Amino acid sequence: MQEPASSKIENNSKESESLKVSALWTYTLHLADSNLILAQRNAEWCGHGPILEQDIAITNISLDLIGQSRNFYQYAAMLIGDGATEDSLAYLRTEREFKNCLLAEHPNGDWAQTVLRQFLISAYQFLLYEKLQHSTNEQLAAIAAKALKEVTYHQRWSSEWVIRLGDGTEESHQRMLKAIDELWRYTGEMFMPADYEVAAGFDVALLKDDWMKKVSSVFEEATLPVPEKVFMQTGGKTGTHTEHLGYILTELQYLQRTYPNAEW
Amino acid sequence: MVTESTITTQKIWDILEHVTDPEIPVLNITDLGIVRDVKLNGDEVEVIITPTYTGCPAMDMIAMNIKMALIENGYSKIKITSVLAPAWTTDWMSEAGKTKLKKYGIAAPNKHFTIPVDGIECPLCNSVNTKIISEFGSTACKALYQCQDCKEPFDYFKCH
Repeated sequence: MQEPASSKIENNSKESESLKVSALWTYTLHLADSNLILAQRNAEWCGHGPILEQDIAITNISLDLIGQSRNFYQYAAMLIGDGATEDSLAYLRTEREFKNCLLAEHPNGDWAQTVLRQFLISAYQFLLYEKLQHSTNEQLAAIAAKALKEVTYHQRWSSEWVIRLGDGTEESHQRMLKAIDELWRYTGEMFMPADYEVAAGFDVALLKDDWMKKVSSVFEEATLPVPEKVFMQTGGKTGTHTEHLGYILTELQYLQRTYPNAEW
Repeated sequence: MVTESTITTQKIWDILEHVTDPEIPVLNITDLGIVRDVKLNGDEVEVIITPTYTGCPAMDMIAMNIKMALIENGYSKIKITSVLAPAWTTDWMSEAGKTKLKKYGIAAPNKHFTIPVDGIECPLCNSVNTKIISEFGSTACKALYQCQDCKEPFDYFKCH
């Protein structure tokens, strides 16, 4: 028996609707994961910063990022339903399920590498949240508008450090060059849309030109070269990570894995 | 026992004026502009709050303190709702709040300095000959300064 055409269309639109919802929560998880993993990395500096004020600065940034990731996780948990909570999403998913950008999980290295990683990501987040705050999705728009105020500080602070070190001493300049060499290969991924970004209607490729402009102007002031023709590593956004993520999660999730449901 | 007929939103607001910020105890949460609305749904009291900074660890404690204050005053059905939009701004801080901040030794947010730069008025000696030490201070909402005249280091509540 042939199915009436109208019900077929209805089924298709239902299917595309649920696909859209699952794309939306995967996208929201991607935003949450990138923030959480970068926050965890920055927090490793706690008590080890080069001077007290900068130790406080990097951990303040970490705190902002955790706050933003909590907002995204809470929203994702609501979309997923089925008993998901912000805690279950942060503490009980495996590395293949994490959708953060590779750049966020890269080790701290020295101070040059840490501030450069922060700048490359903050410059991206600034442009992303600027767009996202006008999204028709009210919850994402509200989180982005709030986060943008904080990211403005992160971008300014990290760009000042890139300039200070790039245009500093011979030693600091060399360290900045090394950091660029180490990190640049992970920047391309941010602008290559994952399937869920396309399905959810967020075109990150559009941010690339403005990001390059911002990075180029800061690098120029820092007397640093912008690398050309670098092979870009990808995979983080779809769950294929570098060897580093497992170690981060081991530390981050230890307590909930060892003492399930522990509270304090 | 508080019955439905005796509840008015004004009474709730009065109670909320006694809930202080755990990190800046001279300010209460209405001074800060954290409380956006108070609603009565039957005999349930709903307090709508908004976070200052997304990562502010005081927010969870503030929500708990609101509950405690209302319970102490005889309310039992309490709902705390957190909203993000519109995003909190230091414009919502009351003038009374700004005066209290200054007395406490923290420079109040100043609209002419949306980016922290040198020249924020010292809360101790009122000199504007001050220097920024760091855009990030002891809590997410503050930047660190030092007065070049009286030499006192002080916090500035960031304009946001």
